[in-house]
Amino acid sequence: MSKKIGDVILDLQNISLRFGGVKALTDISFDVREREIRAIIGPNGAGKSSMLNVINGVYHPQEGVIVFLGQERKRMEPHHAATQGIARTFQNIALFKGMSVLDNIMTGRITRMKANFLEHALWLGRARREELEHRKKVEEIIDFLEIQHIRRTPVGRLPYGLQKRVELGRALAAEPSMLLLDEPMAGMNVEEKQDMCRFILDVNDQFGATIVLIEHDMGVVMDISDRVVVLDYGKKIGDGLPDEVKNNEDVITAYLGASH
Amino acid sequence: MIYREAGQFKTSYAADQQLFPIRQDRIGILILLAVVFLAIPGIASEYWFSAILIPFLIFSLAALGLNILTGYAGQLSLGSAAFMAVGAYAAYNFQLRIDGIPILISFGFAGLTAAGVGILFGLPSLWIKGFYLAVATLAAQFFIVWCLTKFPWFSNYSSSGVISAQKVVILGHEFASPREKYLLVLSIVAVMALAAKNMVRSSTGRAWMAVRDMDVAAAVIGIRLMPTKLLAFAVSSFYCGVAGALYAFCYLGSVEPDGFSLDMSFRILFMIIIGGVGSILGSFLGAAFILLLPIFLDITLPWAAGLLGLPFSNATVSHIQILLFGTLIMFFLIVEPHGLARLWQIGKEKLRLWPFPH
Amino acid sequence: MQFFMEVLIGGLLSGVMYALVALGFVLIYKASGVFNFAQGAMVYLAALSVVGCMEKGAPLWLAIILAFVIMTLFGIATEKFVLRKLVNQPPIALFMATIGLAFFIEGLAPMVFGSAPRALDLGIVDEPIPAILDAWGIVISKFDLVAAGVAALLVTTLALFFQYTRIGRALRAVADDHQAALSIGIPLQHIWAIVWGIAGFVALVAGLMWGARNGVQFALTFTALKALPVLIIGGFTSVPGAIVGGLLIGASEKLAEIYLPPVMQSLFGGNFGGIEGWFPYVLALFFLLVRPEGLFGEKHIDRV
Repeated sequence: MSKKIGDVILDLQNISLRFGGVKALTDISFDVREREIRAIIGPNGAGKSSMLNVINGVYHPQEGVIVFLGQERKRMEPHHAATQGIARTFQNIALFKGMSVLDNIMTGRITRMKANFLEHALWLGRARREELEHRKKVEEIIDFLEIQHIRRTPVGRLPYGLQKRVELGRALAAEPSMLLLDEPMAGMNVEEKQDMCRFILDVNDQFGATIVLIEHDMGVVMDISDRVVVLDYGKKIGDGLPDEVKNNEDVITAYLGASH
Repeated sequence: MIYREAGQFKTSYAADQQLFPIRQDRIGILILLAVVFLAIPGIASEYWFSAILIPFLIFSLAALGLNILTGYAGQLSLGSAAFMAVGAYAAYNFQLRIDGIPILISFGFAGLTAAGVGILFGLPSLWIKGFYLAVATLAAQFFIVWCLTKFPWFSNYSSSGVISAQKVVILGHEFASPREKYLLVLSIVAVMALAAKNMVRSSTGRAWMAVRDMDVAAAVIGIRLMPTKLLAFAVSSFYCGVAGALYAFCYLGSVEPDGFSLDMSFRILFMIIIGGVGSILGSFLGAAFILLLPIFLDITLPWAAGLLGLPFSNATVSHIQILLFGTLIMFFLIVEPHGLARLWQIGKEKLRLWPFPH
Repeated sequence: MQFFMEVLIGGLLSGVMYALVALGFVLIYKASGVFNFAQGAMVYLAALSVVGCMEKGAPLWLAIILAFVIMTLFGIATEKFVLRKLVNQPPIALFMATIGLAFFIEGLAPMVFGSAPRALDLGIVDEPIPAILDAWGIVISKFDLVAAGVAALLVTTLALFFQYTRIGRALRAVADDHQAALSIGIPLQHIWAIVWGIAGFVALVAGLMWGARNGVQFALTFTALKALPVLIIGGFTSVPGAIVGGLLIGASEKLAEIYLPPVMQSLFGGNFGGIEGWFPYVLALFFLLVRPEGLFGEKHIDRV
């Protein structure tokens, strides 16, 4: 079963990001092709999360250009990224702790809900229909992620692994064309990791989503990704197929330290 | 045992989404509606209507408004009384200056006016949060009351800004007696409470709660923060505005700007803290609690003081009241941050098993 | 011009008083991250304790010491029974708890010490100093000078304390991150006690000054609300900011009160007093537009 990797849909050119005096990213350029699984790896503090934040507009780079779906931009706005089909998960789980699993995933559908507050208040035709229609879609995702038994539980009460799954569900609910995953397997045991890998591969396979993935587990990265970018201290030190990157001297030095 | 849900399966999402999916709840609500609409008007005394039921309903409405803003959307506001004032004075002016306008339309316009003012003072929420926002709402509270006092046009050039609400006449019938006013207020509050419940269950409510829980994540999934926050201010102020109009027209009869003081704003805040932040039911429970407590104290304290042989004065009652409010706020925040509404839920869950122990 | 100077100086002096109250806020916020809405009520409690003790026969110096003890005990009790239990909740819950605390004090204090307004005589004369009056035509009393001096002394001492002493550093560490502070061995309990002790002391000073000038009455709690705009302008975490903010608020509200009404009168007719009631808040609002962290505060960056 081979998949067709398409053309470049995201092209990052010379991105530089600073916070006051701290340089988070320096002159980073790489691209992402349609339907591929692109991993971003690197030691802690390398700027990987910042890179994702730039892609979907949470941070705005001081320099550089983002070309997404052919459109060139100096910066992304979060809302724009969402409507253009980019969804993401966060390193420290950004779920809405006061709501249930079902409600959290329903919020993922919000860009597709057209009814306004008055229609909601009166629970008129369109409001009611939309709610049911999107409920069906969300239940499909709940089935896919095997979390039926916790759909009404407030997410704050769930164990870490399940919260991560719910967060993935919320991202999937948006039917994204590109999914940004920030350490989706952090803190999981072997079984949970296998489940999460399966979900990611299924999403890539069945829904055709492009995946940009930050991950520390080298086994996972080598196994499932098509291409890898390596960052260190905010700079790009490697870019290519998993095997190429694995044997790259700079990458090895960055992770293991140089011997003098 | 009473509250047994077993056997009540839902076979469609539509059934699952009903307002009251559990049969016992449906029966309970029907009984409640029968009691408040049919039984109470028959048996309650005038005192009960004027002094207890009508203000309870009005403040429940205001508490609903504040709950939407602070409880669901997470925008702390210390200015609810000011928006009530806007509603009261707007309704008065609409009635006064537009000949023949139906009073319900006046109430509606009053709510819309308050919503507009609410949006204006809600603009700071676009870039400040938490207690900074609280200070901004304090600005609204003080400034609005000052405006209503100092610009004589609002009170039709009366001295010290006092206005006397006009008569409430709908379709030729004057709602003059406390019983009639009660039914009118009850109907308005019931409809608005239903609307509120529908809103918070829908994606409008989810957007509010998302902004409350983590606004960065909300922006990332495509929720537009500005319209969402401003809508919360608008809807909340609408509710407070209508409550204010009812306060003037169906409760006190005549009001002045200073009557909508910071103290009242605090009371409404206490209602939602004690009743349950982020809960429609909680708004009602909290309003009942805060309104009934002073009455309860008025009755029991002199008796208790007499029993213990302690010296007593009216000032002491009001001090004890303030003391109790403060204590209860701290108590609820520590012990049950979700307020009486959560206690009610826990009670229902216990009823699932009772009288069996497990 | 002379009149303007008079109003300005009068405003600055009342600003000093606001700053004293704001200092207490800053202390507690700086050291525990809690925004203590009850600071105003604490000022009231402190002032009441002093006059209450004096009424029972204690001389002024003893009453002040007793009041300090009361304030410290009260602070420790608050920390132990209220704040500690709310550690896991969002800051907004803590803030609302301090609102409850304010009401608690406002109910309890008058019950214990009586609610009739009373004068507090510190032995400092509150009449214009003739020399200054004659030379520049400005009204400043010995009291004003003492108040300004006390405030300056407090601010300097506290700023130095936080910056250079071991305990000051510990306080700042605790405010930044409780867990981290605990893990390096800072005794949280003692620190809280010290913080509330200092805040109580500042509240006492503020209470003495305000009480002596305006009498000890319930309205004292409202002036405390004015401290909120002071904090916004000066920055929640800045001790010198409290002074600058206080001076700004004091001066601007008095100037607005004097110079705005005639303008409004000519435009709209009628009487436009009472601008002081809302002007500080609206001013703070504009500051929030331009510089949300205040003149001296720290910028807050959210890490996602």
